[in-house]
Amino acid sequence: MTAAPESGLMACPECDRLHIDLPLRPGEKARCVRCGTVILRSPYWRPDQMLALVMAALIAFLLANACPILELRVQGSISRATLLDAILALWREDRQMVAALVFATGLLAPLADLLAMTALLAAVLTGRRPAYFAPLLRLIQQVRPWGMIEVLMLGVLVSLVKLSHLAQVVPGVALWAFIALTVLLAAVLSYDPRCLWQLPAGRKGAA
Amino acid sequence: MTTALSRGLWACRCCRRLCRPSAGNGSDAERCPRCGATVRPRKPDSLSRTWALLIAAAILYVPANLLPVMQTSSMLGSSRDTIISGVVYFWTSGSPGLALLIFSVSILVPLIKLGALAYLAFNVRRPGAAGPHGLGRLYRVVELAGRWSMLDIFVIALMVGMVRFRTLATIEAGPGAAAFGAVVVLSMLAAASFDPRLLWDASGPSSHEH
Ligand SMILES: [Zn+2]
Ligand SMILES: [Zn+2]
Repeated sequence: MTAAPESGLMACPECDRLHIDLPLRPGEKARCVRCGTVILRSPYWRPDQMLALVMAALIAFLLANACPILELRVQGSISRATLLDAILALWREDRQMVAALVFATGLLAPLADLLAMTALLAAVLTGRRPAYFAPLLRLIQQVRPWGMIEVLMLGVLVSLVKLSHLAQVVPGVALWAFIALTVLLAAVLSYDPRCLWQLPAGRKGAA
Repeated sequence: MTTALSRGLWACRCCRRLCRPSAGNGSDAERCPRCGATVRPRKPDSLSRTWALLIAAAILYVPANLLPVMQTSSMLGSSRDTIISGVVYFWTSGSPGLALLIFSVSILVPLIKLGALAYLAFNVRRPGAAGPHGLGRLYRVVELAGRWSMLDIFVIALMVGMVRFRTLATIEAGPGAAAFGAVVVLSMLAAASFDPRLLWDASGPSSHEH
């Protein structure tokens, strides 16, 4: 393979139209001239700011999964559960497939995404391109479509309404953590980690 | 009209770098020199994979809607809920907004998604009146909307996990939940294996430019 003719060009992922890869200002988007797809999104935040966002999202993630989401009270008895408790309950009653699906989309995929982003951004900030750089970027591309925190968040709200017909519902810490996580994750996911390839290795926090 | 393929370039799906396949190799796959992912000119067996996953999803759509997704047992007796009876419950209990939301994401979105993907896969070689513009837009919408169908699965999981009053009431997931989860996963995989570039390949080098 040769590098010369194809460098400085990029293809639209939806229609394969070739474009010249021009530098964008922070926050700018490039659209395909033929089909209108956004083909490149220049990051609004610098890598160090991104790392702070990712760490905040990780903290929200920990709180959302360590604390009970809701507390139900009926005639003096109390029932509360975390997301993991709900997944284990499904598993125990022989709904392993549903349990695995909820685990993968509500817990594993977002966590893997956040951890991979942490490692990548830390590597970029220290100006190195370690051996795990490319595999982690590939992992993010594979995992990202399966992370469904925003759908889970809506699910929490719907079940809150549904349960309020059955019992007295007290929102738990995890409910607020889920709301925070949804907002933070939306910001994290708007960052296309492929732009990290553009940052020259060995430079700190390029804009 | 210049596409990457017409210049003999293949785009890496993972890092977007363009690669020039080594001449005389004859294989349909290369390794991306930048990120190491497998690079192909188009997604492999795109249409046959899409059709296979679509048909599997369409078959499972039937039990997903007919079998109970949730079984509630309390002192007052037990009840089995299908997706549609869950919608009716919200409608009659004074939450018509939620009833519409659940109806849209659990019943309409999967149905429209399966129909739209079948339409795309069927018309890919002859984009017809809608043209590659319309079909490409349809594909992007369908690809984005599908994930919201997971809503009912999350609601079921949370209800099962939350309602743990041994003596008062318990909720269990029904067999319909597994079928419905499979429909969502299979239709997401079907959308992912469809290659939208095929829509434009068929329209050939003739313009369609803005
Ligand atoms: Zn395009
Ligand atoms: Zn690559």
